[in-house]
Amino acid sequence: MTSVHATTPSGFLLVLAVILPVCAVLAIVACGPRSAARIAMTTLAAGLAVAIAIAMELVAGGTALSYVVGGWQPPLGIALRADGLSGAMIVMTALVLGAVGLFARSQYALHDGGGAGRAQTTFWILLLALASALNATFVGEDLFNLYVALELLTFAAVPLVCLDGRAETVKAALRYLLFALLGSLLYLLGTGLIYGQYGTLDLLALSQLSREDPALSAALALMIVGLLAKAALFPLHLWLPPAHAGAPAPASAVLSALVIKAPVFLILRLVLDVAPPQAAAVAGQMLAVLGAVSILFCSVMALRQARLKLMIAYSTVAQIGYLFIVFPLAAGSADLPPWSTIAWTGGALQLISHALAKSAMFLAAGVVYEAFGHDRIADLRGFGRVLPISAAAFGLAGLSLMGIPPSGGFVAKCLLLTAAVAEGYPWLAATILAGGLLAGGYVFRVIDKALANPAAPIVVQRAVPRRLEIVALALAAAAVMLGFLPLRPFEFLQIGRSGVSMAGLP
Amino acid sequence: MMVLLDLALAAWLLALALHVVMERNERSAIIAFLALGLLLGLVWVRLAAPDVALTEIAIGGGGTGILLLRAEAALRGRGKHEEGATRGGKLAVAAGCAVISAGLGFAVLALASPAPTLAPAASDAIAATGLGNPVTAVLLAYRALDTLLEKVVVLLALVGIWSLAPDGIWGGAPEVAPAAVPGPLAWLARILPPFGVVIGVYMFWVGADAPGGTFQAGTVLAAMWLLVIMAGLLPPPDAASPALRLVLVGGPALFLAIAFLGFIVADGFLAYPEGFAKPLIVAIEAALTLSVAAALAMLVAGPARKAPAR
Repeated sequence: MTSVHATTPSGFLLVLAVILPVCAVLAIVACGPRSAARIAMTTLAAGLAVAIAIAMELVAGGTALSYVVGGWQPPLGIALRADGLSGAMIVMTALVLGAVGLFARSQYALHDGGGAGRAQTTFWILLLALASALNATFVGEDLFNLYVALELLTFAAVPLVCLDGRAETVKAALRYLLFALLGSLLYLLGTGLIYGQYGTLDLLALSQLSREDPALSAALALMIVGLLAKAALFPLHLWLPPAHAGAPAPASAVLSALVIKAPVFLILRLVLDVAPPQAAAVAGQMLAVLGAVSILFCSVMALRQARLKLMIAYSTVAQIGYLFIVFPLAAGSADLPPWSTIAWTGGALQLISHALAKSAMFLAAGVVYEAFGHDRIADLRGFGRVLPISAAAFGLAGLSLMGIPPSGGFVAKCLLLTAAVAEGYPWLAATILAGGLLAGGYVFRVIDKALANPAAPIVVQRAVPRRLEIVALALAAAAVMLGFLPLRPFEFLQIGRSGVSMAGLP
Repeated sequence: MMVLLDLALAAWLLALALHVVMERNERSAIIAFLALGLLLGLVWVRLAAPDVALTEIAIGGGGTGILLLRAEAALRGRGKHEEGATRGGKLAVAAGCAVISAGLGFAVLALASPAPTLAPAASDAIAATGLGNPVTAVLLAYRALDTLLEKVVVLLALVGIWSLAPDGIWGGAPEVAPAAVPGPLAWLARILPPFGVVIGVYMFWVGADAPGGTFQAGTVLAAMWLLVIMAGLLPPPDAASPALRLVLVGGPALFLAIAFLGFIVADGFLAYPEGFAKPLIVAIEAALTLSVAAALAMLVAGPARKAPAR
C-alpha cells in the first residue's frame, strides 16, 4: 500500500485555518497600531468560524480532511490533514484565543484609553501568529513543515513573555528562547536523520516505512527530547514558571493553555505514527515516568509558591505530566487500536479541559492583579467579596484541575485512572490520585483566602469591569461542562484514524 | 588529492571550532566564529551544495557574526556582574554535546546507503515550473508553504525585537552609527554599495536557474544598507515609517496574493497557473528579496533608541 494524500472537498478550510491569521499579521504590520485590535478580533472570529466548519465537516463526513498544497504530492510537496483529534485541538485553540482576545481588549481599554501602544500592538500581532502556528502544528503532515510551525510558535510565544519590558521578564524570555531554540535544533537534527534514512518527511508515508533501526531510534530520541524542552516536562521545565508567571495575564493564559500543547501533540504524532512498536513502547514508558515525576514534584512546588501566578504556572507543569502518562495506557493491543482506548479519550479531554481551566485561572489571576496591584496569596484575604465572579471562575477551574465531578478534568482523570488500573499500572494510578489531592491542596489554599474574613477593609486599587471577570468565568464553565461527556471512548476523536496504517501497532 | 584536501578541511574545521569554544577573549572568539562560517561554506561547496554554502556564509557566518560583534561591543566595559558558568555546568554541557555528537555520528554511519533521495523527483518535476534551479523549485513551488511561513517567522522576530524598545520611543529609529565614524568605514560605505547592490540583484536574478536566491541576495543587500547606515551616510528609518513597513510586508503579501490566486486560476492554494509559474515566481522572489533585506538589516540594527518623528 502506498501513501497518497488526496485533497478532500472541504480541505481548503485547513489552509484558511493556517493562513487567515498570517494575512491579519501582515495587515497589522502594514496598517499600523490604530486598527490592530479590530483586525485581530475580526480574524479571531473568522478563525472560530473556520474551526467550527472543520469540526462539522469531520462529523458530517466521518473521515479526515486533507489538502495537498499547490497540488504537489508528498513526499515532494506538503500535505495538510485534520483528523478528529486535530479538529478538537483546532476548535479548542479558536475558543481559547477568542476568549483571551475579548479579555485583552477590555483590559487594554482600562489603560491609557485603550491606546495603540507598544505592548498592545505587539500582543495582537503575536496572538494572531500563535493562531497560525498552532493550527499549522495540528494539521501538519510533514516533519519539516511542522518544524516551521514550531519556529513560528517560538517566535510568537517568546516576546509575549516580556511584553511589560521589566528586566526580570526579559531574562525569563531569554531563558525560554534558549530552551525553545535548543528544542528546535534537536528536532531539526532528527528530521534530517529521518530524511537521510527514508527519503521522505511525510508522516503518512513514514507510518508505513518506519522500522526498527538505529538511525530512526536516534532521530526519535533527539526529536522527542527537543519537544520535551518546549513542552516543559520535568526536568526541562525550569524555564516555564518565571516565563508564564511574568507575562501579562492574557499572554500567560495562551502560553499555558495552548502553546505548550503543540509540542505535546507532536510527540504524540511521533510516538504513534512514526515510532516502530518496540521503540514506541520504550518511549512511552520513559515519558510516563517523567510525567509522573512532573505531576508529583511540580504539584508540591505549586503548593509552596507565595505568588498566585507562580502557583498557577507550576500547576501547568504538573498538569502537563498527565498528558505523558497517557502513552503506556493508550498503547492499545492487536484488536484495540490506541485511539479506541479510554486513555486516548482521557488524554485528549485532559488536554482540552486543562486548556480551558488554565486559561480561566490565569485570566482570573489577571483580574486579581488588576484590582489589587499584586498577587501575593497571603495578602489576598477576602478577595472573593470584592471579586466574586473571579473567585468563582478560579474555583470552577480548580475543580477541573483537581478532577472533582462534574468537570472535564474529572472525566479525563477518571478515564486515565480506570485505564491505569485495567492495564496494570498501579504506580500510575497512585500518581493520578496523589496529583489530584495535591491539586486540591493548592486550589483550596486560594479559595480559602477568597472566602476568609478580611482582617482589614479591602482596598481595591482599580475597579475591574465585569466583562473581564465574565470571560474567565465562561472559560471555567466550559471546562466544567466537558464533564457531561459520557465516560467512554469518544467517537469524534477517532475520526480519520482507522484509515491510516499505524506503525505503533504490534 | 581531493581526499587530502577534504581531510585538511575537516581538521581545520575541528581545530577552529575548538578554538572558538576555548578562546577566552570574546572578540577573538567571535572573529574565529566568522571564519568558521566561511570554512563551513567551503565544506558545503565540497558536498556539492552551493546554495547551502552561500546561505551558510551569508547568514551563519556574516549575519550571526555581526550580531555577536554588536552584542559584544554593547556589553564591553559594563563589567561582568553576570555569573559565569560553573565548572560543573561546563562539564555537563560538554558531556551533553559529546553524547549528541556521538549519537549523531553513530546514526549517520547507520544510515541507509545509498541514501534515498528526492533529488531525481525534484529534477523531474521542474519542467512544470519553468525554473532551472531545483533548489528554487523546492523553495517556491514544491514547498512554497514552508518558505511563506518562514518569511513570517523573520517578520515576527523583527516585531519581537522592536517590542524590546521602551514605551516612549517604540516605533522610533535604532542607533547604529558610532559617535565618531572611523575613516576606513566611511570610505568603504561609499565604495562598496554599488558593487554590493549589483551582486545582490545578480544573485536574486540567477536564483531561478543557478545557485542563489532571495535569502542570499537579501543578505547582501541588507549588508550594504547597514554599511551605509553605520557610516552615518543615511539615517536609519523609524520602525513606524510607512515606507519601511510596506517593504517589509510587500514580499509576503505578494506571495499570499499569488497563493490565493491559485484558488481561482489554478489547482488551488499556492498552485501556479500553467505557463505562468516562472514569471510569478520571479516576481515573488523580487519582492521577497527586498523584504528579507529590510528585515535582516533592521534585525541587526536592533530596537529603537530614538523617539519616532511625529
